[in-house]
Amino acid sequence: MNRITITIDGKAVETTEGSTILEAALAAGIYIPHLCHSPGLKPYGACRMCIVEIEGMRGMPSSCTTAATDGMVIRNDVEQVNKVRKMTCEMLIADHPLTCLTCQANQDCELQTLSSYLGIQESRLRRMTRDPKPEKDESNPFYTRDLDKCILCGNCTRACHELRGVGAIEISGRGYRSRVAAFGDAPVLESNCVSCGECVDRCPVAALTAKKETVPPSAFTITTCIYCGVGCGLSLGTRSNKIVQVLGDKESIVNRGSLCVKGRFGLDFVSSEDRLTTPLIRRNGQLEEADWDEALGFVAEKLKAIKEEHGSDALAGLSSAKCTNEENYLFQKFFRAGLGTNNVDHCARLCHASTVAGLARAFGSGAMTNSIDELEYADCILIIGSNTTEAHPVLALKIKAAVRSHGATLVVADPRRIEMTQFASLHIRQRSGSDVALINAMLNVIIEEKLLNEEFINSRTEDFDKVRECVADNTPEWAEPITGVAAEDIRTAARAYATAQRSSIVYSMGITQHTTGTDNVLALANLAMLTGNVGKESTGVNPLRGQNNVQGACDLGALPNVYPGYQKVDDAEIHDKFEAAWEATLSDQPGLTVTEIINAAAEGDVKGLYVMGENPMLSDPNLNHVKEALESIDFLCVQDIFLTETARLADVVLPAVSFAEKDGTYTNTERRVQRVRKAIDPPGQARADWKILCALAGRMEYPMAYEHPSEIMDEIADVTPIYGGISYPRIGKVGLQWPCPDKDHPGTVFLHEGEFKRGKGKFHPTPFRAADEEPDSDFPLLLTTGRYLYHWHTRTMTSRTEGLEQICPPVPVEIHPEDAAREGITEGATVEVSSRRGTIHANAVVTERSPLGTVFMAFHFHEGAANTLTNDAIDPIAKIPEYKVCAVKIKAAADRPAEIGAI
Amino acid sequence: MNFEDIRKRALQEWQEFQDPGKARILIGTGTCGRAAGADQVLEVIQKTIVEQDIEATVSETGCIGLCYAEPLVELQKPNGPRVLYGNLTEESIGPLLTDFFSGDDLNTSMALATTSAVSADDIPPLNELPMLKPQVRVVLKNCGVIDPENIDHYIASGGYAGLDKALQMEPEQIIAEVKASGLRGRGGAGFSTGTKWEFCRRAESDIKYMICNADEGDPGAFMDRSVIESDPHAVLEGLIIAAIAIGAEQGYIYVRAEYPLAIQRLETAMEQARQNDLLGDHILGSDLNFHLQIKKGAGAFVCGEETALLASIEGTRGMPRSRPPFPAQSGLYGKPTNINNVETLANVPVILREGSDQFSAQGTEKSRGTKTFALAGKVTRTGLVEVPLGISVRDIVFGIGGGIPGGKEFKAVQTGGPSGGCIPAELLDTPVDYEKLAEAGAIMGSGGLVVMDEDTCMVEIARYFVNFTQEESCGKCVPCRLGTHQMLQILQDITSGGGSLDDIALLEEIGHSVRLGSLCGLGQTAPNPVLTTIRYFRDEYEAHINDSTCPAGTCERLLSYSILPDNCVGCGACIRACPVEAITGEKKEPHLLGQALCIKCGACFDVCKFDAVLRE
Repeated sequence: MNRITITIDGKAVETTEGSTILEAALAAGIYIPHLCHSPGLKPYGACRMCIVEIEGMRGMPSSCTTAATDGMVIRNDVEQVNKVRKMTCEMLIADHPLTCLTCQANQDCELQTLSSYLGIQESRLRRMTRDPKPEKDESNPFYTRDLDKCILCGNCTRACHELRGVGAIEISGRGYRSRVAAFGDAPVLESNCVSCGECVDRCPVAALTAKKETVPPSAFTITTCIYCGVGCGLSLGTRSNKIVQVLGDKESIVNRGSLCVKGRFGLDFVSSEDRLTTPLIRRNGQLEEADWDEALGFVAEKLKAIKEEHGSDALAGLSSAKCTNEENYLFQKFFRAGLGTNNVDHCARLCHASTVAGLARAFGSGAMTNSIDELEYADCILIIGSNTTEAHPVLALKIKAAVRSHGATLVVADPRRIEMTQFASLHIRQRSGSDVALINAMLNVIIEEKLLNEEFINSRTEDFDKVRECVADNTPEWAEPITGVAAEDIRTAARAYATAQRSSIVYSMGITQHTTGTDNVLALANLAMLTGNVGKESTGVNPLRGQNNVQGACDLGALPNVYPGYQKVDDAEIHDKFEAAWEATLSDQPGLTVTEIINAAAEGDVKGLYVMGENPMLSDPNLNHVKEALESIDFLCVQDIFLTETARLADVVLPAVSFAEKDGTYTNTERRVQRVRKAIDPPGQARADWKILCALAGRMEYPMAYEHPSEIMDEIADVTPIYGGISYPRIGKVGLQWPCPDKDHPGTVFLHEGEFKRGKGKFHPTPFRAADEEPDSDFPLLLTTGRYLYHWHTRTMTSRTEGLEQICPPVPVEIHPEDAAREGITEGATVEVSSRRGTIHANAVVTERSPLGTVFMAFHFHEGAANTLTNDAIDPIAKIPEYKVCAVKIKAAADRPAEIGAI
Repeated sequence: MNFEDIRKRALQEWQEFQDPGKARILIGTGTCGRAAGADQVLEVIQKTIVEQDIEATVSETGCIGLCYAEPLVELQKPNGPRVLYGNLTEESIGPLLTDFFSGDDLNTSMALATTSAVSADDIPPLNELPMLKPQVRVVLKNCGVIDPENIDHYIASGGYAGLDKALQMEPEQIIAEVKASGLRGRGGAGFSTGTKWEFCRRAESDIKYMICNADEGDPGAFMDRSVIESDPHAVLEGLIIAAIAIGAEQGYIYVRAEYPLAIQRLETAMEQARQNDLLGDHILGSDLNFHLQIKKGAGAFVCGEETALLASIEGTRGMPRSRPPFPAQSGLYGKPTNINNVETLANVPVILREGSDQFSAQGTEKSRGTKTFALAGKVTRTGLVEVPLGISVRDIVFGIGGGIPGGKEFKAVQTGGPSGGCIPAELLDTPVDYEKLAEAGAIMGSGGLVVMDEDTCMVEIARYFVNFTQEESCGKCVPCRLGTHQMLQILQDITSGGGSLDDIALLEEIGHSVRLGSLCGLGQTAPNPVLTTIRYFRDEYEAHINDSTCPAGTCERLLSYSILPDNCVGCGACIRACPVEAITGEKKEPHLLGQALCIKCGACFDVCKFDAVLRE
């Protein structure tokens, strides 16, 4: 970019070619008044406050829409311009309710600032009033729309269209009756608004206000969101030890200020009355309050006893993808070095174990190959098995931008008509469980039509012939009856992916949660290698990780077979290294996985289970089985912030703290290590997980002592090569992406450039296998599970936010109209859904979002827990259960249990 | 297809049309004709010739511009004179046909003019009519003369020869020719057409667009509609030449949905042009392609503004955006785009065909060529006229238009519709060209000319136009959305007796800010009617404010009504008409109007048969 110089009011200002006059001025610290300029939105030029005079140009152009050119001479703060601005501002004032003193935006109102800058005391103009006065739209539970205060700057409508790709609101009407409206002037809750709050944050006045933000914050803390793996930067506004406002961190490279409804409005759980504030010990069948000394003593005693009596491997621990890197590191260190077992795993087993297994085999590293930002510049994006707008809403913005701003081709392969299909040029509705057949057929087309990248295959990969042979017969016509996708659509998808300059694959649990999960991932890796779409910018195979720190929990060794940094426990050299570093005797046998731990508990092999921040009583498949296992175990300790379904079964419950009450780091889905910062003090006696672990280890004769999590990170860097260069000072504001092997390494934006982690990329033949349990005459429908935008995981956090519950009440089951009609089920009717493993009640949502023959449920709701129905058959390599396919039957229920609510 | 072959076929067709070897009946069925009853007249014609066994061809044509005399019918017996009759009705047309064809009676008193070489006694030739004599018809040459749905008629009168010529030229040569002609945009702003094309030609891009702006929206303006309805191929030919010049292969005609006949005639014309290889791939066998589509606007005035028009074509809300970047750099879908108005494009074929010299022979130094105007309001002869630029306002209003009817005084003429300004009597000799009109505070605009007489209140006129722009403001920018509303509120106060003297200065100040501060042309010109009426008719504003009177006697809230006892016969009609029971009185006794109750609706004034209600 060329540097150019312009002159504003006689002062030389240097700027970059392509920036507007307003941007140049603001960057140089020169104030040009403005109302409708909002960073990240396209120039709009509506408020006319930023008008200037430019030599050689007629009239008074707006500086926000006019590009700066070299040598431009601009007059800004001069009488003739200010006179026009002042009159324009007077018009706004004459049209604006003068209720500043009681207004929520008082002191934080750009119109107020502007009036004061222009010196407007009173307006000589007629008061302008709307007749009838517009009523406040209070329909949305999170924000109020008060059109009487609207200055029509268009920030909200543009944010909704340009940034979010939602378009719930638009300017309607003409002249003085112009107004921001949802379709048909209906209340905004009836529109397709997703309550992201982007409009609220960008409103310069009080036309859009967050309902709960009635108290202005006295301090802000920059931290990282607790919900999904995207890892949005948050700015927590606090006052009197409470979170009073949540904004997106505008400097975050991940989200640049944008958030989704959960991050923006869903943090009420932090101050929930239900938070655990004291340790609990089960006495006479009841959980009773206890003090820390007693509780920790009890836990230590129990763990010691089991270890002594049954051996270390009778103990198991579930670490947490919601806890920090440091806490995960300590948890597995405590189990391995303190207790002597590798029986440590966490819920990544249930979401992306097949990713880790598959991508490590193919590429040598089990993480997202590329970065979130790169998605926007891909020429073709294949989304398969990811309901991106609901599960990773802010990341979905990049994909929408790729399509809308840069003309990328989007292919969505998903059985359900998810929102992302609205942006796609092709929607493929493959039958759940047929992904390998679909991908193999795409490989077949690309090979047959010679669209493959031979140079890449020859120089960078091995074993291609095995795949060529494997898919030789997997023609689109072969795949059509298996997948239910027209052969021609498979061809179109294959061509789109293979012929684009840069193609990127985005997937999530629709790929991984199958008994063929690892094969699914390997097949996608084959697709990328076949076309050379890996190891360069805006390409790659990109698994979207679910939990905020599932990447970090894996990275830091909360897995039974690896130490931090994916270093194998059964590799003698590595084993020795860790024994030395941790000054302990370590087991060299890989431990049990989550699913195996539950089975071992049921069979009596595991006697003691320590759960940190997980809720297997809702998140694991075949819940009745899980319940039996946890009830039969000798000792169950749960460390959490709420009394979860699992904690209710525990012998000891230890109160931990939320992300807002501690320091640490999370690693997001693009391998970016980011800071979590303490904003408020924890409630009652609750303690940070890392402090609890240290205290417990002390009592177990394996002292772990740290003053601050940064010291833990320093230790992590010492023993974990991929984190070798990471430290708190370096993480700074924008984080650091691993691999980052040393203190001078800048971090890695995308993986496998020039060479794969494992040397050559390895093709793996993946012959098609059917799902473990297919529908039959007894259970004729296929159940697939997933998530809703408005809830998180087992709803422990989101159910504490009233608005989320209001928009998405329990317990919907989505069913195709024809399937519903056959069973005599109408919209909103209570139904009974049964599988071979159990029965639940739910409310029918009759919709074509579900394909014919398939019903969909989210697993959030304990009131009608979908995982009561799901199959615990597992992938043979990754041991991930098949959440995405099981056979069910559905019928109208005789009565409606109160807890499932109503649609 | 070879153009020479096409032309030969066309000439033959035209010859047959001119001389069908039997009687010939031509009727104007443009929207103006239809509004005056042309459809019904045509129906009677069809019926009559069958009943009376008159052997005649009946053809429809467009608008000849004599709107005051619609419906117009032209009759001719084989080898006889062609006579034009106006103001026909369902009742009068039958006897006229009988007289003309069977009775050899020309009905001279009903005839307007002759249009043939063969003269007829006592009937003046068409071009000698006072309305037509001062006109120079270039754009309107074919209007009302040819059948607009017959491409051969257009070709026979020289049509598509300009395109044929352009195909032999380099794009730069075409642009040079148009630049040399001095043609300026007829949509109102008056930017050099050739220069505009040049910008677009020079913009580098794989795709470019050529757009015809037919979103004519000024109240009282109908030039573009008439041209499209009467001579659609002229617009198409201009569009195709422009597309070749700038290098566009895709084009749109943005036309308001309220012009159904224009749309239908454009569709017909486009289809005919395609069949004759004049539109589509390989135009006249060349390597050049141009594909054209009609896009219907939904009636938003602002969509005539070119950036709003682009937004509308793109399917978003029709709101303007700031320029630069200009459409020539970044227009439709971000690609270089050229947008010209209907009349501008209709001039282009003539320039190519007859050369820029011929074109620029008309007009003044900076304003070359002719301009069409829709003459309306308080003027004797309303209609569509075309005059050489530089002609005086007086010549148009009094020469062509025949002055003010009913012996009333001329007060002002509004040019350029709601974006324009009014020109008072003392400036009647102002030459009609872009610069001179701007000096007078008005604008050339697209061509609406609304004449006002002594009964027109200028404050009310300002209020009327500001109300229009306020209603049509897209709402995007503050000065236009709120500034016009503010001016409207003040003007409403003044016209209803609630203004103060400070308001005049305030109106000027707001007007100044709206003009400088607004985003697009709509807002920038919206204050013109207010500022020019204050400039030339300040006394009327002052009379409203100081004396609570409306000099023109039209501002109802400023009028007072009273009953003249000498004239009142006590019939009770006013008592019954009064909606608020303000009038009392016994039968056959003079009635009394209670001022406190009167709402000044004028109902009593309207019903009184004895001039007993005084309005002042």
